[in-house]
Amino acid sequence: MEMNYLQSAMTCERFHFSSARDKVDLLSHLIIDMDTIEVSNLNRQFLFRQSHVGLSKARVARDAVLRFRPQISITPYHANVKDSNFNVDFFKQFNVVLNGLDNLDARRHVNRLCLAADVPLVESGTTGFLGQVTVHIKGKTECYECQPKPAPKTYPVCTITSTPTKFVHCIVWAKDLLFAKLFGDKNQENDLNVRSSDASSSSNHVEDVFERRNDEDIEQYGRRVYDHVFGYNIEVALSNEETWKNRNRPKPIYSRDVLDNELTRQNGNMDKNCSTNCPSSVSAMAALGMKNPQDIWGLMENSRIFLEALKLFFSKREEEIGNLTFDKDDQLAVEFVTAAANIRAASFGIPLHSLFEAKGIAGNIVHAVATTNAVIAGLIVIEAIKVLQNDTKNYRMTYCVEHPARKMLLMPVEPFEPNKSCYVCSETPLLLEINTHRAKLRDFVDKIVKATLGMNLPLIMHGSALLYEVGDDLDEAMVANYAANLEKVLSELPSPVTGGTMLTVEDLQQEFSCNINIKHREEFDEEKEPDGMVLSGWAPPPTVEGANKTIDNAGSTSEALPVEAEKSEEIETAPGKKRKLIEVSKNDGTSNAEEIKKNEKLQVLDDDDDDDLVILDGGDLGFSPSKKKCQW
Amino acid sequence: MDGEELTEQETALYDRQIRVWGADAQRRLSKAHILVCGMKGTIAEFCKNIVLAGIGSLTLVDDRVVTEEALSANFLIPLDENVYAGKTLAELCCDSLKDFNPMVRVSVEKDCSSQVTYQASVENFIVSLMLLWYPAVPSLLRDSCGEIFVDLQLHTYSKKKLEETIECQLQYSSFEEAISVPWKILPRKVSKLYFALRVIERFEEAEGRNPGEVSIADLPSVLKLKKELCDEHSLNESHIPDALLERLVSSTREFPPVCAILGGILGQEVIKGISGKGDPLKNFFFFDAMDGKGLIEDISNSAGS
Repeated sequence: MEMNYLQSAMTCERFHFSSARDKVDLLSHLIIDMDTIEVSNLNRQFLFRQSHVGLSKARVARDAVLRFRPQISITPYHANVKDSNFNVDFFKQFNVVLNGLDNLDARRHVNRLCLAADVPLVESGTTGFLGQVTVHIKGKTECYECQPKPAPKTYPVCTITSTPTKFVHCIVWAKDLLFAKLFGDKNQENDLNVRSSDASSSSNHVEDVFERRNDEDIEQYGRRVYDHVFGYNIEVALSNEETWKNRNRPKPIYSRDVLDNELTRQNGNMDKNCSTNCPSSVSAMAALGMKNPQDIWGLMENSRIFLEALKLFFSKREEEIGNLTFDKDDQLAVEFVTAAANIRAASFGIPLHSLFEAKGIAGNIVHAVATTNAVIAGLIVIEAIKVLQNDTKNYRMTYCVEHPARKMLLMPVEPFEPNKSCYVCSETPLLLEINTHRAKLRDFVDKIVKATLGMNLPLIMHGSALLYEVGDDLDEAMVANYAANLEKVLSELPSPVTGGTMLTVEDLQQEFSCNINIKHREEFDEEKEPDGMVLSGWAPPPTVEGANKTIDNAGSTSEALPVEAEKSEEIETAPGKKRKLIEVSKNDGTSNAEEIKKNEKLQVLDDDDDDDLVILDGGDLGFSPSKKKCQW
Repeated sequence: MDGEELTEQETALYDRQIRVWGADAQRRLSKAHILVCGMKGTIAEFCKNIVLAGIGSLTLVDDRVVTEEALSANFLIPLDENVYAGKTLAELCCDSLKDFNPMVRVSVEKDCSSQVTYQASVENFIVSLMLLWYPAVPSLLRDSCGEIFVDLQLHTYSKKKLEETIECQLQYSSFEEAISVPWKILPRKVSKLYFALRVIERFEEAEGRNPGEVSIADLPSVLKLKKELCDEHSLNESHIPDALLERLVSSTREFPPVCAILGGILGQEVIKGISGKGDPLKNFFFFDAMDGKGLIEDISNSAGS
């Protein structure tokens, strides 16, 4: 949560509300943030200091603000905003809610609670130089979800396991397959091993490769793993002629070809590391004397890092192995993943990247600066004041861009009417195409109810039959019943769900309810519809022909279309495979500026009576004329 | 460019912003020395931003003592009278700013010259001059609208175009040159704030007032001056609404969220100027909370942008 705006709010309040004392009594504020302070926050979250690293953001922020404005009442909650404590009654206490969240899930959750509580919401986000502030009033303006938010980038499984073409594919492979296999939960299924055309390679045999044998020399183990994933697996993949008909063939890489026997030298370095007790200071780069995370290492250096990192995990952090998940703040993990991704990239002819870059991709890091946040903070306060004063005609959505459009760096737009087909605020039913004989209730819950619809604690009903629910107050029999239901295919549920039926899904905490019409479909496209389900029925108003513009994630366009940095990746499972390969937290980069690329014209207000209204055409921000401005 | 690398501490602290502008730009920032005069609310926000960004050093000049106005808009000034009594604005702001980033050297100069130049000097070649002068152009922020003026003289910089990096150069006008551009040749839709602020400036100058030393009582005289100037420049009076002038004379206090916005934009321009990366603003920026627009106007006697 960005704290800048709270600062502005506090400062502003002293000035502004002294003149509006009759309208506003005591101003009390509440901060919810589950995070603790990290060093990388300090370049912009200026309420925090080096000495606060590790402490609760909510609490430290409260203390800092009170020093500026001691007369204000602020209550901090070091908690997740999705906690059941923060229910509709809780939200009803407030005149306005200001969001400074960093993930889509939480924003949708708060959006629904604000709708249920009928509390105005001021939403915001920033990424680098881009940012926006939007205002949402139930029944009057679009809710936060009226414009569908872009889905995070996903990659087909085979691209990750067999045919990578971009560096990000290699990162995902290194992080979610190799790292997970070596250091994560051994019971998790893993797609690391390439399917060969020869079906006789038994899984038992393959499993052994990654297990370190008793007393096996760590270095030897490391090289064995290296040779298996970068050498042998590639050779196996190459044996599938079909795959490579129209693609560049990868090159198998074996450690003996890249590195001579450097065992003795590395042993020497290992002794140096022994003096450090703290696991977080264990670093392959340090051991090898490589200092600059911005350097792009060659194949040999990457290989050395790979082996050294692996060795360090086993020699210094053995107790963690089997439980580790990738953490961008875990230096050794980042080194390992960088090296592994780079070696794979070298094999496939993909350009190598520095640790700094790799870390950003693997960690879904959002780049951020103090200045944009300050601008957005100021804009948030301006809108919040309008809300508190019920200055409805002047509510604005404001977009902060890097390259000015029509001379504007800050573009205000009037809010639009609610989207009549928004399934959140307009309660439009949705349509789900699904194979009711193959898909299980579990798939429906995971992929549709939770992931797509963003429900936290769902309840699923078919007519009057309760198919599934979550809660603390359920008795054992019910829990068992629901668990059993999850494993059944839809058509075989106690209350069979077949084509033509309708399901009602609810989240009581969000007070959000949604009807879904079911349509049976036999086949789905493996590449385009890997989930085997298609949900539809909500959409922005019809677009203007030719005004369609897709944003390539490669960079900002020359116009002012804010582009979200490519940060978030997910793998979708192949059809038939029920487990999820990975679940990357949807990092929408906190900037929903992409929503304004949806093809609608906008009318930027010009307060001059004598001037024409400025209408930006599709090229500028991509809005179509059919969206209506809200009527107050 | 200079071979020196960022320290581990810098890399950790500045990670998120290095991902925006790169390590090279960060290095240049760390070599920059900035001089700031006049610690108004907007400038306080600006200082916070550049200190967080990691400039080399910051020197503050403002011998004034704390006033209620300063307390309301400058968040760097502590509220406790026991703390602020006897200290100048510069000293108080200096103490607060040091806290934000121990790696930046923040200090105070007692210098009362009325026009001071900021020098952001980078080790070898590039010298960027940012002019933020006080009291000559104090009309940075009045009420809930404000103006920023940028003069980078002859500025060379690089920027990304598609996949490539290209070198660019811009010639800026000085403030005097800019405001002497005849009004009638300016594009029709130039921000009204530009003209309104020039009228007020002239008024203050003619009356021997300090910047911001106007009130509603002056409105009739200001309106009269407006008419004269419009005649002089052959500009239709509708370009400078009376209502706008009234706003500007009635309330000369800074509005904190607008300080944040202007301080943010200004901070980013200084960072761009020092790092030599990215199109800098040329050459006026206007923000008005009433309509919410943040506009750039190029008003210079050099050929366009």
